[in-house]
Amino acid sequence: MKGKQWIKLSGVRNAFYATCMFALITAGSAFAGGTLRVATMGEPASLDPHKVSGTWENYVVGDMFLGLTTENPKAEAVPGVAESWTISDDLKTYTFKLRKTNWSDGTPFTANDFVYSMQRILLPETAAEYASLLYVIEGAEEINSGKAAPETLGVTALDDYTLQVQLVGPAPYFLDLLTHYTAYPVPRHVIEKVGNDWTKPENMVVNGPYKLVEWLPNTHVKLTKNEQYYDAGNVSLDNLTFYTQEDRAAVQKRFRAGEIDVAMDFASDQIDWLRENLPNETRIAPYLGVYYYPMNTSVPPFDDIRVRQALSLSVNREAIVDRVLKTGEIAAYSFVPPGVSYYEKPAEVEWKDMPYPERVKKAKALLAEAGFNKDNPLKLTLRYNTSENHKRVAVAVQSMWKQIGVEAQLHNSEVKVHYADLKQGDFQVARAAWIADYNDAQNFLYLLETRTGANNYGRYSNEKFDSLMQQAEVTADLKKRAEMLYQAEAQAMADQPVIPIYHYVSKNLVSQKVDGFVDNAKDIHRWRYITIKE
Amino acid sequence: MFAYAVRRLGSAIPTLLIIITIAFFMMRLAPGGPFDRERQLPPEIEANILKAYNLDKPVHEQYLIYLGNILKGDFGPSYKYLDFTVTDLIVAGFPVSLRLGLMAITLAMLIGITAGTIAALKQNSAFDYMVMGVAMTGIAIPNFVMAPILALVFGVYLSWLPVAGWGGGALQYQILPVITLALPQIAYIARLTRGSMVETMNSNFIRTARAKGLAEKIVVVRHALKGGLLPVISYLGPATAAVITGSVVIESIFDVPGIGRYFVNGALNRDYPVVMGVVIFYAVLIMALNLIVDLIYGFLDPRVKVE
Repeated sequence: MKGKQWIKLSGVRNAFYATCMFALITAGSAFAGGTLRVATMGEPASLDPHKVSGTWENYVVGDMFLGLTTENPKAEAVPGVAESWTISDDLKTYTFKLRKTNWSDGTPFTANDFVYSMQRILLPETAAEYASLLYVIEGAEEINSGKAAPETLGVTALDDYTLQVQLVGPAPYFLDLLTHYTAYPVPRHVIEKVGNDWTKPENMVVNGPYKLVEWLPNTHVKLTKNEQYYDAGNVSLDNLTFYTQEDRAAVQKRFRAGEIDVAMDFASDQIDWLRENLPNETRIAPYLGVYYYPMNTSVPPFDDIRVRQALSLSVNREAIVDRVLKTGEIAAYSFVPPGVSYYEKPAEVEWKDMPYPERVKKAKALLAEAGFNKDNPLKLTLRYNTSENHKRVAVAVQSMWKQIGVEAQLHNSEVKVHYADLKQGDFQVARAAWIADYNDAQNFLYLLETRTGANNYGRYSNEKFDSLMQQAEVTADLKKRAEMLYQAEAQAMADQPVIPIYHYVSKNLVSQKVDGFVDNAKDIHRWRYITIKE
Repeated sequence: MFAYAVRRLGSAIPTLLIIITIAFFMMRLAPGGPFDRERQLPPEIEANILKAYNLDKPVHEQYLIYLGNILKGDFGPSYKYLDFTVTDLIVAGFPVSLRLGLMAITLAMLIGITAGTIAALKQNSAFDYMVMGVAMTGIAIPNFVMAPILALVFGVYLSWLPVAGWGGGALQYQILPVITLALPQIAYIARLTRGSMVETMNSNFIRTARAKGLAEKIVVVRHALKGGLLPVISYLGPATAAVITGSVVIESIFDVPGIGRYFVNGALNRDYPVVMGVVIFYAVLIMALNLIVDLIYGFLDPRVKVE
């Protein structure tokens, strides 16, 4: 009796095993699945998209939430929660048609979730660092400064699946801006119940392809696939693990040992070794960012255009990118990097093609005109924040200036002190950098506007520049707008309140088994498009 | 002894208050604030943030608010890790640091005391020179050199152990951090033990013990070690405090989720509440460990009475 039962059972068991095997095999061919391990090079300040401000957080929250638009593998804006939209002729009114989707807890997602979210990030008490990115929306700035009620925001739900957004001016970059995390929706029904604890794994509700499983501060963030995601069928990876370790040397070792599949932003000084040993894994691509030295135009002698020109002319950018950095950075003769949307070619300094020895000669002549000579050399302090690369660039520039008779003293301070000094205008020449928030020339050039305030470190102020920028802001014709921005940049390059040194590149290590990682100018990579080859 | 312990605890309160006050105002004197960064904030946003954290009030008022909050057990939110309070961070990180630290100090005691004692007993022998030589090297090589070497050899080349990571606290992830933490301690303890044992072995009561005809083993274990270890015990108090509070270098290189990095990173980030929280935590811990050491002293050395 017992023996018979056992035979029967084993038959059932075999059938069960066979079914499991079959299921596994078929599942394996349909979905690769698996876990992707990414080193983000920074601990997220928060997983609340309204409270973050770094690029490293974007790698995490960007696959937890889905904005009206989202990025494709090339980081171009494509439909997200909005499946389609219409734009008014004056480019100031956007009407979005939303998909019928759910939050990860099954709650239906409606246009009101966007209204709530955009009001929330702008409320003064949210204290969102990055709220100003949405100032292009009508009423945003007033609400954020506490001068207007949140209901006055130009974001309205016409019905559950139609959202209208009113802008203060035509902004051709708006659809691109909507991919940014400041424009992500957050779940009102959860935040109103649990408050600040809504980002804890047991509470967190999202609308993107992955949801939170675990967050161990300073170690890792683990996400798993959100089955409620509207396009879950096309998401391959089951799990994502983000390692937040900042020690680049250690991360590189983990990558070599196969513990990490994608490591963002490797250390420049490793480039020779990487090129030789991991040539296929080393990915370098142009990146929308500029490394520059602002000069404090509010203090003499940097209020003298001849001095600024001389300092800029004598910087040998090619030597810096080819011999100091060696990671493929692009020598910068313009403030806006190449490859920006709606902006054909940045306005470069007119002496770009002048041979270097001639530039040195001209620089000397300009300095002499400004009253500096051997007996009365120009002495200045060049400030930079602590980093091996900043130091190497500063030392190179110091020696380039030496040949035109400038005695530059290097002053290094930790990052908080450095930027506090820049904010107060307590510097002569300093190191600074800007990485684009959205793909548009205005996002770089506004740094030189008078009204920008603290981020215009050198206090550059030129009426013609300001008025061109303000005109561009209200110009709907994209060609005309580009022309105005170009002229503004040309004006700034003629005045040279900043010394552009190089345009950034992104530097990532990507394992050979990772498929679908596309190098792009924003260095944004959505893991939902990635598959792993075994 | 109980009265002694209570008295010591009582005197800890004013000490703690002084430490808190000094740390609070020193922190504010440092140039640069928690929200100074590459992207300067628009003034209205900066105002929103300062208000949200009470940083728009005068410093003395902030100090009183802070004292009031810690009396309620509220150490505030972190300015850098916005989704966590200082208490969250310490509660999550300390068990990890404690575990690694206790393993490291136990390892260090076992190896250090044994090696140091043998070296003392075989004074000026080849073994003695070898132990002292290795110990000197152990002290001289800083952990930021040792850690990457160990990771490279055992993680990348040999693939015996993970290069870094925590893996939920699995044993193989703890081996390299524990060894790196323990190495300098082994070296210190070995040297301390040797020095003190050499002295003790030459003292009168050892001669008496030997004269009584006791076996050498008993002389060493029962008589000499008890006295010889006193300097080691007093060293162990601060050493234990140092290793169980983690190390920024080891945690960064091995990606260990301990609390060691909060002190350094908190200061660099001007994350005032984190720095204050960690200062208070360290202070309490060190005071407690010193008290324990003093109590142990009372047991080991009959000349010391804790009353």
